[in-house]
Amino acid sequence: MASSTKSNSKTAKSSKNGKKSGTAGLDESVVTSKVDHLELFRQMFLIRQFEIACGENYSKGLIRGFLHLYIGQEATGVGAISTLREDDYVVSHYRDHGHALARGLDVNRSMAELFGRATGTSKGKGGSMHLFDAAKGFMGGHAIVAGQLPLAAGLALAQQYNKTDALTICFFGDGSTNQGIYHETMNLAAVWKLPVLFFLENNMYGMGSSIERVRAGGIDFYPGMATYGIPAAEVDGMDVLAVKEATEIAVERIRDGEGPQFIEAKTFRFSGHSLADGQKYRGQDEVKEWEERDPVATFPAQLIKRGLVTSDQIDEIKTEVNEAVAKAVEFAEQSPDPDLPEIYNDVLA
Amino acid sequence: MPEILLREALKRGLEEALESDPRVFMMGEDIGEYGGAYAVTDGFLKKFGPERIKDTPISEQAFLGAGIGAAAAGLRPIVEFMSISFTLVAFDQIVNMAANLRYMSGGQISVPMVIRAPTGAGVQLGATHSQSFETWLAEVPGMKVVCPSNPYDALGLMRSAIKDNNPVLVAEPALLYGAKGEVPDEYYEIEIGKADVTREGSDITLVSYGYGMRPVNDAADKLASRGVSAEVLDLRSLSPVDMDAIVASVQKTNRVVVVDNARRRGGVMAEIAADLQERASEWLDGPVMRVGSIDVPWPYNRGLEREVLVDADNVLTAVADGYGL
Repeated sequence: MASSTKSNSKTAKSSKNGKKSGTAGLDESVVTSKVDHLELFRQMFLIRQFEIACGENYSKGLIRGFLHLYIGQEATGVGAISTLREDDYVVSHYRDHGHALARGLDVNRSMAELFGRATGTSKGKGGSMHLFDAAKGFMGGHAIVAGQLPLAAGLALAQQYNKTDALTICFFGDGSTNQGIYHETMNLAAVWKLPVLFFLENNMYGMGSSIERVRAGGIDFYPGMATYGIPAAEVDGMDVLAVKEATEIAVERIRDGEGPQFIEAKTFRFSGHSLADGQKYRGQDEVKEWEERDPVATFPAQLIKRGLVTSDQIDEIKTEVNEAVAKAVEFAEQSPDPDLPEIYNDVLA
Repeated sequence: MPEILLREALKRGLEEALESDPRVFMMGEDIGEYGGAYAVTDGFLKKFGPERIKDTPISEQAFLGAGIGAAAAGLRPIVEFMSISFTLVAFDQIVNMAANLRYMSGGQISVPMVIRAPTGAGVQLGATHSQSFETWLAEVPGMKVVCPSNPYDALGLMRSAIKDNNPVLVAEPALLYGAKGEVPDEYYEIEIGKADVTREGSDITLVSYGYGMRPVNDAADKLASRGVSAEVLDLRSLSPVDMDAIVASVQKTNRVVVVDNARRRGGVMAEIAADLQERASEWLDGPVMRVGSIDVPWPYNRGLEREVLVDADNVLTAVADGYGL
């Protein structure tokens, strides 16, 4: 896929869309800007190592339920969330670990939640698909496909009602787009000009169903936003800087009161839908092709090649992250299960 | 005491909240320009403006879901459905999201939202517009369900529902919007989860709620004319349900008939009957008798619909069958 950003006609006409977000890569404008490249890498690497540790502990039976890994999609969540302020909200889907970590959720408590322990973010009552940290504006992993979209619209409605310039970013996958609530929410958000950024992580598969098998009209969703008058852009989801720049443009427009925006990032999960997935529905060639563009490998390599960082700096981050993840697993393992009376807490306020 | 309509009582409760709490706002289909399908919000748009009286597209999932998000962010939305049958379209949002959010987040997020919906049959709207799904939602942990049977309760329950920090369904009996009743000018609230003994008696306990109170009260009058003293309980709340009050009454009368205006099968009264078997069988002189509407889709024809609906004769038959009174 080309790394350039395509936009629908409405976006293209907008004066603010003069610069093409997807061309960011490591071009001069980005190199000279104040992007914290090392921090972006640290977050992507943290997510990668966290997910690998999750997979291992799932195999050991220490994490149960459904486990959906974010491996391969790190650049989308990290690039997008890096543009936000503290008073913005983040809403995610069931593949939510990456967004949670990019939003700065405590690594130990996140891992503990996956282990179902009392020290977890939801005291062990949410699990992998339901990570929350309201204090950080992280309003959940949500596990009914597309069910989180109106929640995000409502959070944005409150931001608008309170006359702030804060916004809500809502992540969802390509599988969401065939739910009726997806279309309902797009319309509602557009009619009310809500400060919400719809961020589609198009990883080409809804569980085992490739887009082509379940959607009429091809693999691109962003042109459909013209129906709702929502400016939409496509971005290379394997390029963290491109994602960051595309999101910055959308975020600025929302803060300026222009209403909802839509970004479609083309991305790919390198592993199965969940740990229970044998991936009989797709060939390994396709997976390998995408893996060659692995942002966790290509991004630091480019940074070093350009002389923006040294390999020592990258190695240092790797060591730090590996220690942090090992510690998180240890923390989770040593944390107690919730007491049984916890069953009855938090049902009603 | 001044008499007002149930519709006016609801309106007063909503208006007070909109006036006193800037976090309160309303959303729903045609609640603004049109004034509400049952005229409860008539005049609100002019008084409170379009930011607080929001007409929505016909998108029940999206606007109910948006209410959840707004509540999660600290506002206090009141969301109106045109019929409780339309809540089915938004059931995923109500159950999976509104009711579960607090628990799933380990208590981090609350959803202080009121869901209003006209409920019940009796006005010949056919199968899709005549159902009583407050009975289904009363089963869902994480939310509360209330249903008033008169203007006094409608205002008191609405005040409590709006103040509550949980999702609360206020099921409004469609047949009772025009019902008249005394409502004092002095402020009062009605606690959610408490039943009301509307009539004291010694021979038999009759339990119902909402529109079901009409046949129950008629039956109690007829029993009284025969010298049978019925104690009548209006549940007011279906979740939590006030089992203590029901058990206490049964301990006094030793006889009970539970009456559901909704379909008989699988409703709130089925649950209450099961609880009574466990908690009060030693006090009972006979079986827990259960009355409900006939278990068929609601028919349109007036005569057929009347036949399906619970009436006082159905209640009296149960009293006679169960206890020979």
